Amino acid sequence: MKRRDFMQMSGLGLSAIMMPSVPVIGSTVAAEHLLDPWMDATSKKKLTEIALNAARSKGATYTDVRIGRYLQQFLYTREKQVQNIVNAESYGIGIRVIANGTWGFSATSDVTPDGIAKCAATAVEIAKANSKFQKEPVELAAQKGVGEQTWKTPLKKNAFEIPVQQKIDLMLNVSGAALDNGASFVASNLFFVNEQKYFASSDGSFIDQDIHRIWPTFTVTVTDKATGKFKTRDALSSPMGMGYEYLDGIASEKIAGPNGLIGYRNSYDMVEDAVLAAKQAKEKISAKSVEPGKYDLVLDPNHLGLTIHESVGHPTELDRVLGYEANYAGTSFATLDKWQSKNFAYGSKLVNIVADKTQANTLGAVGYDDEGVPCKEWDIIKDGILVNYQATRDQVKILGEKESHGCCYADNWSSVQFQRMPNISLKAGTEKRSVLDMIKGVEKGIYIVGRGSYSIDQQRYNFQFGGQVFYEIKNGEITGMLEDVAYQSNTQEFWNSCAQLCDKDDYRTFGSFFDGKGQPSQISAVSHGCATTRFNGVNVINTGRKI
Amino acid sequence: MAIILTESEAKALCQKVLSYSKADECEVNILGEERGNLRYARNEVSTSGSLINQNLQVQSAFGKKVGVATIDEFSDESFEKVVRRSEELARLAPENPEYVSVLEPQTYLKSNGFFESTAGVNPDYRAEAVAKSLELTRSQNMTAAGFLENQKGYSAMMNSKGLFAYYPSTSVNFSLTVRTPDGKGSGYVAKGYSDVKKLDTATATKIAIQKSKGSVDAKALEPGKYTVILEPTAAAVLLENIFFNMDARSADEGRSFLSKAGGKSKLNEKIVDERVNIYSDPTHPDLPSSPWAGDGQAANKMAWIENGVVKNLVYSRYWAQKNNVKPVPFPTNMIMAGGTASMEDLIKSTQRGILVTKLWYIREVDPQTLLLTGLTRDGTFFIENGVIKHPIKNFRFNESPVIMLNNLETLGKPERVVSTESNSNYLIPPMKIREFTFSSLSDAV
Repeated sequence: MKRRDFMQMSGLGLSAIMMPSVPVIGSTVAAEHLLDPWMDATSKKKLTEIALNAARSKGATYTDVRIGRYLQQFLYTREKQVQNIVNAESYGIGIRVIANGTWGFSATSDVTPDGIAKCAATAVEIAKANSKFQKEPVELAAQKGVGEQTWKTPLKKNAFEIPVQQKIDLMLNVSGAALDNGASFVASNLFFVNEQKYFASSDGSFIDQDIHRIWPTFTVTVTDKATGKFKTRDALSSPMGMGYEYLDGIASEKIAGPNGLIGYRNSYDMVEDAVLAAKQAKEKISAKSVEPGKYDLVLDPNHLGLTIHESVGHPTELDRVLGYEANYAGTSFATLDKWQSKNFAYGSKLVNIVADKTQANTLGAVGYDDEGVPCKEWDIIKDGILVNYQATRDQVKILGEKESHGCCYADNWSSVQFQRMPNISLKAGTEKRSVLDMIKGVEKGIYIVGRGSYSIDQQRYNFQFGGQVFYEIKNGEITGMLEDVAYQSNTQEFWNSCAQLCDKDDYRTFGSFFDGKGQPSQISAVSHGCATTRFNGVNVINTGRKI
Repeated sequence: MAIILTESEAKALCQKVLSYSKADECEVNILGEERGNLRYARNEVSTSGSLINQNLQVQSAFGKKVGVATIDEFSDESFEKVVRRSEELARLAPENPEYVSVLEPQTYLKSNGFFESTAGVNPDYRAEAVAKSLELTRSQNMTAAGFLENQKGYSAMMNSKGLFAYYPSTSVNFSLTVRTPDGKGSGYVAKGYSDVKKLDTATATKIAIQKSKGSVDAKALEPGKYTVILEPTAAAVLLENIFFNMDARSADEGRSFLSKAGGKSKLNEKIVDERVNIYSDPTHPDLPSSPWAGDGQAANKMAWIENGVVKNLVYSRYWAQKNNVKPVPFPTNMIMAGGTASMEDLIKSTQRGILVTKLWYIREVDPQTLLLTGLTRDGTFFIENGVIKHPIKNFRFNESPVIMLNNLETLGKPERVVSTESNSNYLIPPMKIREFTFSSLSDAV
């Protein structure tokens, strides 16, 4: 039996519109309850052993068990008032088996020995029933049991230990700063997530993990009554695999950019960004409308992260390539024959894209994935050539590999795990180069910062991206702000137009906190690192209209 | 206790929960549902699942201090606990200046959205329905990826002023993508019903197969402005962006496509072609929906756009009070009225145009104009001299549904569709639109 509550937090200000359905999983609890310890590892181990034994006795040839407690604290403010505070907890057990060569899955919130044994039996029954449809048996890449292991996000401040009032004070300060600097409206959100999950498998692994994520964000709106125009500017923060220390706003983690812009590395100053956001939203009201045409684009990491996500992350998911997502997310242009040719030029020689689930402070960083595979780093694009994909234990054989990439994830104990994107990042350049150095070399270009509207086709060829702030570059200098900008390109053409990279000093991660995939849809969180990067001759359209 | 409660069981449960309340005002919301699904890809079943969900939410208020708590385990002990917790949270909460006192009892329309046929769907039914689809795709050497999901459930609410509302419903959604083995053709179908007896997976599969085969060897057309015929599935994902943005407060605050210069909204102004009529009606037999909105207000038949004029906007009870107008709840369904023309009529009357069967990855580019971008997908065809000539490569578009409804040529007969973006069901007609803006080509199939 699966039991899962799913409240839709919508209509809570403009930031909520940006994320039309923010899934809250579980039942609400008092904030203090989020700090209560749950079962200890020994008790969890005992329960997983019940599941492993029950499944084996019913005929399972492989079993993995996830006992999970998933905590969320989401806070919403609008101008000077608190709109909502959600503290949610969800716990239960998910059991996945292979029987008759077929996957079966069942989950329950009844975490008693009897409930677990029944759940294991159901998983085996489902596997056997579905095996009638199966043509080829599931074959898992070997994974030696790792014994008892623990992994914890190396955080400095557990966000759940910070009093709610302190968080509200911060959010109201953000509102105050924006309103004092010309904002008409401001909606802020703080999202905190903690996954406490215990994994056990019939391979002999017993892995206890404690994973934390954070995303502070806001939307500032400026309206102009006289003209009826309005413009928004979203926060230039990034979702991170960190604790509350991300909100310390440490000076050494800031990178000064052109026109007062600040790049935030592993520490974010939300109030400072709100001041700039209000000023920029105001400036956007009277900014020049872009002349459509070809431009050289200078893309900030806080923008390019999403382009990497959509045009490299999703097309190199092996399940998409194989057709498992054809009915919803789609398939992929990055087909196996292109990879097999060993000469498919995904991008220019400067393009080196790595996949990893190990980089510190990222959303993808964990010790082990949801099928017990130790996490690692590997190349996806090397010197511009497509060299690999993202795969799980039942897929890597297709790539001629013997070891899984560790890309299996489920968003809750009640969801079945499947292939999800690891961090996918573009390596910084090796030559010393700052953003200003890069802009100096551009004759006709646009500097784009922040995540705007985004859309890409179901095979990931044609895309269109907007942004938050756009600056026109003429003869090596920024001449002023632009509006109504979106660029359109084809994935391969775009990455082959990659002409220059800033160095590691400009490298930052951006990410997606609620990336959706699958039917029924599951969320996951993933980071994308890069330095500011230049792309030559990209088609820019004007999105201004009159209604 | 059963997951799906009858009206009298739900009423008794709400009364019991309310009996624990010591707050000035209290409101109880409960829901229970059972869902099942079967997913397939590469002509094989990939995953299946079931979900049982129940939830009880209590909102307590002391003056304007409000607290909300929820539980998913139903027992006498937990009912009292959840009431106490909501009261504790209310006492700790800052005053909510936008809190409006709970509603007096309301009168609701009758709407039948619960069908025993759908309530009885079990794993065997799903397996058989999917098997019918797979037999067709396998025998014709086509590749299917599909998803069948059914749901039965109820929701109910009661407050300390005696308001009680109850609504049971069922639904089934089926979607399928059929691709040719060489990946050169792709076709799609989606069907949504309250009554599963209307679902015929074999007939639906044939539609997707036909579109898939018909879309092979697509030719490229130059991007630009074209007359388009949008099948209802394609039109829905554009129009729902109007439906989602009918809020009076955003319009009054100057941050909506319904805001205008001078700080006023476009309420009572003509914004689209006079043949456009969009309304909600919970009693519509083809799209039954809850006769009450989330806050307990009666969801009556309501015109939103009438003869092209914005007739009503959503007024929350707070915003209505502040502006001294009647509150208008968010609609529980949406219907666009149509004409009598069939798809064949629309095609026949088109000299040069494009038939769009599905749109994908719709995102708002500019909230000021509701400019949207996205792409055609799973079957796009060129029409010349009243006949479908050949499939064409997919396009990216940049278009506002407001501009589109000003460029209306003809409306066909409305049908129930499932939004491929939001999964919502609507009644939407096929429509012919002139000067629809396609901005680039896509190689995707």
